[in-house]
Amino acid sequence: MSPNLTLVVISGVLVACGVSLLLERTLTRVIVGVVLLGNGINILFLVASGRPGRAPILSGGTTAETMSDPLPQAMVLTAIVITLGMVAFVLALAYRSWQIDGHDEVQDDVEDRRIVRRAELDETSASYDDDTHETSDEEGEGISR
Amino acid sequence: MNLFDGNDWPRVLLPLPVVLPLFAAGLTLALARRPRAQRTISVTALSIVVAATIAMLVLTDRGNGTYSIAVGGWPSRLGIPLVADRLSTLMLVVSSVVTLAVLLYSLAQGVADGEEGTPVSIYHPTYLVLSAGVSNAFLSGDLFNLYVGFEILLAASYILLTLGGTKARVRAGTTYVVVSLLSSMVFLTAIALVYMATGTVNMAELSVRLREVDPDVQLVLHLLLLVGFGIKAAVFPLSAWLPDSYPTAPAPVTAVFAGLLTKVGVYAIIRTETLLFPGGQAGDLLLWVALATMVVGILGAVAQNDVKRLLSFTLVSHIGYMVFGIALGTAAGLSGAVFYVAHHITVQTTLFLVTGLVERYAGSTSLDALGSLAKRTPVLAVLFFVPAMNLAGIPPFSGFLGKLGLLQAGVDVGTWPAYVLVAGGVVTSLLTLYAIAKVWNRAFWQEPQEHTDRDEVAGLATATQIGVRTPLGMLAPTAALVVVGVGITVIAGPLFGISDRAAQDLLDRSPYVDTVLQGGASGGATEVPR
Repeated sequence: MSPNLTLVVISGVLVACGVSLLLERTLTRVIVGVVLLGNGINILFLVASGRPGRAPILSGGTTAETMSDPLPQAMVLTAIVITLGMVAFVLALAYRSWQIDGHDEVQDDVEDRRIVRRAELDETSASYDDDTHETSDEEGEGISR
Repeated sequence: MNLFDGNDWPRVLLPLPVVLPLFAAGLTLALARRPRAQRTISVTALSIVVAATIAMLVLTDRGNGTYSIAVGGWPSRLGIPLVADRLSTLMLVVSSVVTLAVLLYSLAQGVADGEEGTPVSIYHPTYLVLSAGVSNAFLSGDLFNLYVGFEILLAASYILLTLGGTKARVRAGTTYVVVSLLSSMVFLTAIALVYMATGTVNMAELSVRLREVDPDVQLVLHLLLLVGFGIKAAVFPLSAWLPDSYPTAPAPVTAVFAGLLTKVGVYAIIRTETLLFPGGQAGDLLLWVALATMVVGILGAVAQNDVKRLLSFTLVSHIGYMVFGIALGTAAGLSGAVFYVAHHITVQTTLFLVTGLVERYAGSTSLDALGSLAKRTPVLAVLFFVPAMNLAGIPPFSGFLGKLGLLQAGVDVGTWPAYVLVAGGVVTSLLTLYAIAKVWNRAFWQEPQEHTDRDEVAGLATATQIGVRTPLGMLAPTAALVVVGVGITVIAGPLFGISDRAAQDLLDRSPYVDTVLQGGASGGATEVPR
């Protein structure tokens, strides 16, 4: 089987665009990224189905030799439906995020933010249970925060 | 075609764990305004599933060892087979028991907190769909159906994780959803490429045909699948999403996620390594990944001062043990991994449920705010202590037996990376004990500390009511799971027997392949090239 070059290129371009959009902070761009990525992969399934042929329905003289491979088409259909559902959910999530925060940016991990804040304050972790030093200067900073 | 001829009748049970929860999900959705009916339907459906899966485990282990059924009556090479062997039925039993217990717990919580009819009418259908998705993933004999199973459980998990749409949950849910979507895309790409290379997505057939594929192409497919499943299983470089997203969900949701979702990923890795790509092409890679997962995960846990986050990190860490067993590729290693999965599902779920009870009782899960709980509520202390010691691997609990099995398997292999892994496993076990002891000391034993950091605590507090007496309905399922966890120790002999036989079947491959390719619906005997 020699793959169709056009389809391969289209698939590659879509996936590349999708990945670069996925790296964005804004959820709406991430959604567009997911859509592009999903479509890129769907086209990959078309590449997988091999040479083009007639609709895989056994009527009007279509035989197994002249029809296209129906299995990847079934898979692509399923994948399209799933992607649709997921995108709808992420859209709802983006909308909710906008309702709550006024923007839809994906925020940092709680941990990351805490570490950044502690680093700025030059502080040790709260889980570091410093029993040995009675005169800890940790408390002073805890109050000043 | 007669389903009931000969010794094959147990296969009529196969679709039940998938179809029944889905059917019940539809019913509960239709009855959204009748919480009482919803509860009855969910509990009934999941109880039947528990009974069916236990029957399947016994029948599979005593009978042929593997059963397959072609759904919809298509011949096995065209249709989608559901396959139950010892591995998948064991996973099904543990997961269905845990699912039922968590459902009972959440029902009691809903009733106790007066949530009758309020926004959680969507909870039951979603929860049932999640259960169906997990069962489908465990039973699927078809790579694309496995993908569908993953998507079913993921879609349900998105909704459960963002239940109520509060600020913290939307934030955590966003990360989780985007990462999961990406892993699904990777998996889907792998499926497309696998189909391109072999012309089939039936796993039994793939295990035959993939051997004729160019080794380099095999490696690409293999790694793509491992990355996709690795994100779901939360193995180290791909695990950062887990401790961030799990702790914000309601306690029962976190518990069921922690128990089941990552284990579905581990299950898929087991299948990939044994059925699709035997020969340990990625064995060394997996060994190092397992080491990194164990050590990095547990170091993360040690640094936490919130019980839920700490437990999430131990979850990541202990996935490393399972990957270790898989990476060894020997029967003993696989058997240890399978046993460890069964043990870990129960224990981790129990711990999250107990944490939910603690949060409900004390209003926080931050170690800075908790204290002297052992005096105030001895029952919760006992319920926490037993699974916690179990997780840390203190003899005679099943955690000890599981780790012992894995470490022995590592020593038996005897190469130097295996010894490094054994050492890493021991260190991780000790650090787990340290982390757990920290929780015990600070939350249950010591007096509460003077200053509490309220703003950090607030982000993770999800309990709806604080300081009231723990209702019996929530206590009972938790206690039941604690008992199941201890019970695994008692039945460890037979359980290791099952996991040993499961590992043999996995390495042998022919029971699985033969059953699927010949035993399907009407198709005659098919030749399986050896």
